[in-house]
Amino acid sequence: MSVSEIREVSYAVPDDGPAEGWGHLAEMRVDPVGLFERVRAECGDLGRFRLADKDVVLVSGAEAQEQFFRAPDSTLDQAAAYPFMTPIFGKGVVFDASPEERQQMLKNQALRGDMMRGHASTIEREIRRMVADWGDEGEIDLLDWFAELTIYTTSACLIGKPFREELDPSFARHYHDLERGTDALAYVDPYLDIESFRVRDAARERLVELVQGIIDRRVARGTVPRDERDLLDVLISIDTSADYITGIFISMMFAGHHTSSGTAAWALIELMRHPDVMRDVVAELDDLYADPDGTGAVEVSFQALRSIPRLEAALKETLRLHPPLIILMRVVREEIELAGHRIPPGAVVAASPRVSNRIPEDFPDPETFDPGRYVDPRQEDLQNRWTWIPFGAGRHRCVGNAFAMMQMKAIFSVILRDFEFEMTQPSESYRDDVSKMVIQLEQPCRVRYRRRVR
Amino acid sequence: MSFRVVADLDLCQGHRMCQGEAPAVFGFDEAADHVTVLQERPDESLRPGVESAVKHCPAWALAIEPDEEE
Repeated sequence: MSVSEIREVSYAVPDDGPAEGWGHLAEMRVDPVGLFERVRAECGDLGRFRLADKDVVLVSGAEAQEQFFRAPDSTLDQAAAYPFMTPIFGKGVVFDASPEERQQMLKNQALRGDMMRGHASTIEREIRRMVADWGDEGEIDLLDWFAELTIYTTSACLIGKPFREELDPSFARHYHDLERGTDALAYVDPYLDIESFRVRDAARERLVELVQGIIDRRVARGTVPRDERDLLDVLISIDTSADYITGIFISMMFAGHHTSSGTAAWALIELMRHPDVMRDVVAELDDLYADPDGTGAVEVSFQALRSIPRLEAALKETLRLHPPLIILMRVVREEIELAGHRIPPGAVVAASPRVSNRIPEDFPDPETFDPGRYVDPRQEDLQNRWTWIPFGAGRHRCVGNAFAMMQMKAIFSVILRDFEFEMTQPSESYRDDVSKMVIQLEQPCRVRYRRRVR
Repeated sequence: MSFRVVADLDLCQGHRMCQGEAPAVFGFDEAADHVTVLQERPDESLRPGVESAVKHCPAWALAIEPDEEE
C-alpha cells in the first residue's frame, strides 16, 4: 500500500528545489489553480502532486469528496496540514485545544444563533462608520478598504466592542502582513529566512505591542462592571502574557477575516461586471428598505438575518467562482479509502474548492456568473452538497457561514443603497494574487463611488 | 405525497437553527449536542418550515426525502 500507484501530475513549472527536489512547490507558488486543475484533467478523481517532502493526494468529484469530508478527525487531521499557520498563531499558543474544540468554543459563544441579532447591528454600525467620511464621491482600494472593515467587524463581534474601540488602521495593516506571510515554502520550513516570513514575524511583534498597550491601559483603569467587560478582560484576569493573548486573538479572527474581506470585494467586482444583476439587487434592496407610509423602514440589522434572495444568489455565485480558500488539506492518520485507493498514514489528502465549484457536470457552463443557479428548483448549491464547497463540507463545514452571509448582506444593504460603484481599471485587471496560501486581491484594485440621488 | 425528514448526525454542528424554522419537527439533545427529529413523517402543512430548515442549516445536515413507504 503506497501512494506511488496514484498517478502524479505533470510539471508546468520546473522544480527549483535542492537536489532531493521540492516537487510541485515552485508551481504552487506561482499558479496553484493551474496545478489543481491539471491534476483533475490529467489524473481524474484522484491525482497526486508533491510539496517538498510530502505527497499530496488531491481528490475531486462528488463521490471522493464525500469520503474526504465525512472522515472523522482521528482519520484525517486538519491541524497538522497547515504548517504555515504555526508562526502566525505563535509557538506554544497553538493549542491546548484541538481544532474541533476551538470550533465548538467559537460556536457556543460568539457564533450562537441568539447572538446574531447583536452582531448584525454591530456590523451595520461598523460599516456606517467606515463610509461616514466618504463624502459624495471618491475612490477606494477594495483590498485595503474591506480588510480594514472586516478587522473591525470580526474583532467587535468575536472579541468584544471595548477591544475593537482600541484599534486603528495600523492593526489591519499588521494583520495583513501576517496573512501575506503564508508562502508555500512553509512546507519546507515555516521559519526559513525569506522576506515575507521576516515581515510576518515583525508584524506579529507589532501586534503583540499593540495588545500589550491595550492591556496596560486596562490594568491602569482597574476593574469595570461585568457587563462592560470583554474577552480581553477575562484573559487578563487569568494572568497570561500579551504574546499568548495576541495569539489567541489572531487565531480567532483568522478564519473570518481574509475570507469575508475577499468575498465582499469579489461580490462588488462581479456586480460591477454584471450591470443587469447589479440593477436587480439594488432594486431588491430599495424595495425591502423602502418606507412608503413613513411608518419606519425595516432595519438592516433585522433584514440581514432574513432572506434577501437576489443578493444572496449573487453572493453564492461569487463564492462559487472565487472561493476564499482554494485548497483544503488533511494529514492521513489512519488508512483511508478514497475513490477505490487505500491511502496510508503520513500522506496529505486535499480537496480544492476552486476546482470542485467549476465541475461542469454539476455546474453547467461553469465559468459563467449566473445567480439563477440558486433559484428554485435548480438550487445548484443544495443539489451538490459535496461539490459546491466554498465553505467546505461535512464535519468541518465552516461554522461561521451563517455569520459570514449575514455580514455580507449587511454590508451590501448599506453600501448599495447609498452609493453607486464603477470600475476605474479594466475589468479583467481585478484578479487574485495567488502567490501565498492566503490569497488576496492583487493591487491596484480601485473602484470609484458616487452617492446615489434618491 | 408525504415526505420524510432526515438528519445526518455526523454532520450536525448543533447550531439549532432548525428549531426556529420548524419547532414541531426538530428538537435538540443537549447531552449529545445534536438535533433530534421529533416527527419523521410530518404533516404536509409543515413542509414549508422544514424546507426552510433544510435550506438554512449551517451544517447542511438536514434533508427531505420522498416517503417510500407509500
